[in-house]
Amino acid sequence: MFQSTAYSRAKTRRELLAHYALGALAVGVTFPVILIVAYLLHEAWPLLSWDFLFANPTGGMRHGGIWPALLGTMYLVTFSLFVAAPIGVMAAIYLNEYATDNWFTRVVNLAVVNLAGVPSIVHALFGLGAFVLFAGLGRSILAASLTLGIMTLPVIVASTKEALSAVPLSFREACLNVGATRWQTIRGVVLPNSVSGILTGVILEISRAAGETAPVMFTGAVFYKMIEEGQLFGYNIMDQCMTLSMHLFTITTQVTEAPHALPFATAIVLLGTVLAFNATAIVLRVYLRTRKKW
Amino acid sequence: MIALKPATNLEIAVDNLHVSYAGKPALKGISFDVKRHEIFGIIGPAQSGKTTLLRCLNRTIELVPGTKVVGDVIVGGENVKRVKDVCDLRRRVGMVAPLPVGLPISIYDNVAFAPRAAGLRNKADLDVLVERCLTQAALFDEVKDRMHMLGTKLSGGQQQRLTIARALSHEPDILCLDEFSIAIDPVTTMRIEEVLKELRREMTIILVTNLVQQARRLADRTMFLWNGSIVEMGDSTLMFSEKAREQRTRDYVNGIFG
Repeated sequence: MFQSTAYSRAKTRRELLAHYALGALAVGVTFPVILIVAYLLHEAWPLLSWDFLFANPTGGMRHGGIWPALLGTMYLVTFSLFVAAPIGVMAAIYLNEYATDNWFTRVVNLAVVNLAGVPSIVHALFGLGAFVLFAGLGRSILAASLTLGIMTLPVIVASTKEALSAVPLSFREACLNVGATRWQTIRGVVLPNSVSGILTGVILEISRAAGETAPVMFTGAVFYKMIEEGQLFGYNIMDQCMTLSMHLFTITTQVTEAPHALPFATAIVLLGTVLAFNATAIVLRVYLRTRKKW
Repeated sequence: MIALKPATNLEIAVDNLHVSYAGKPALKGISFDVKRHEIFGIIGPAQSGKTTLLRCLNRTIELVPGTKVVGDVIVGGENVKRVKDVCDLRRRVGMVAPLPVGLPISIYDNVAFAPRAAGLRNKADLDVLVERCLTQAALFDEVKDRMHMLGTKLSGGQQQRLTIARALSHEPDILCLDEFSIAIDPVTTMRIEEVLKELRREMTIILVTNLVQQARRLADRTMFLWNGSIVEMGDSTLMFSEKAREQRTRDYVNGIFG
């Protein structure tokens, strides 16, 4: 009954090959990540300390810490989150739940897809023209956050739409069948079951914005700006600020005789910041998954 | 949920209804009436347009992109095309889809969803309503101790009865059942059939079924749909006897239809 035939042996061989070849590649992709982190940590080790995190740079940015840059990056990321997340999520809800398939929807969808592909330097120029100059915000945290927000918006729309369309159509139909409005359907069934995906997409995209240099360079980031001792918030929203990405760029290309470990330590902090945002996403996802319903 | 009752005893009047999906015709000009408090059976093979027809009654046909509907559907004296509050129409026309859908909310919330959507907030009223609907759908005894379990965690047959309970929860005037017994065992099917006989005192029932015997047991009148057209329509006693006018009807009822 269970005799092995030539075909069944070949089938088993192919199955094993596929299993282990794909598995090896999956393990392989983690190597670059591990190598990068290990290398950075190794090079940055002498400098890493709490003081490094929470002190102003000194000696023409050759010594001291990176607190202003870290704070600046956190401000930019947080404010751009406030700009991009509500608009992006609500636009995506409209596009996925309300919009019928007509030329207007197609144009909007096309615009979203194309905007997501626009290089960040182009967004930077747009931000410079629209927010810094035209709106008169000047080079400031506000202008830079808006620019980052505009840049992340299309990707947030796309990821939110993805999360929404993962909710089975039959759920929506069941709700509409009993006389619920679209909004009641969205509130009652669609959003509760897509919120983990939506939040994950939003946070991942925002954390990507933390590493961007070009958009903030044109619109609000500066080489050097110290934070006074004892100031609660550090920056004013109309101030220019330092950012980690910009700081890294500066100390590697503009500052001579910086200690070897300094750029690596800065990179580690940048990486840590991004990972911290991602970790938030993972925690949220796990928490909301436990309430996932089907 | 107040609806204008017409003077006649016609609950539904369909006149020369054509429906096509992306140019492919699904219903080819059908006309029929359903009387109030009647159980109206619709039989026919797959792709004959039964589900399409039901979807025209509560205008969920609009949710399918690329559909074209021509002709009139009058529900409760009002042309559905001109109904302004489509939610109200859908509350009046209860719909049980062939595939069971437990919503990913608690069993209680599944049944309370429609009344809440219609504005009922009183907890005591909701409790009574939920229990009554679950009982009518022959599900209450099985779930009464776990009302806060997710509707999606129920078995297929239980979800189907949950779907029925949800359709009853908004107290429709017309109840459309689209092959409700697909996922339910014969014993439970019989229990629900008994409930339907009770319910007809309160509402008009349209019963789409693949089980010819079920239509014979329940329906006062039966319509045989085939390929988007009505083959024959008449009293069930006639339709399911040798006196059916059309050879195709007799063949289908006797399971010879190819």
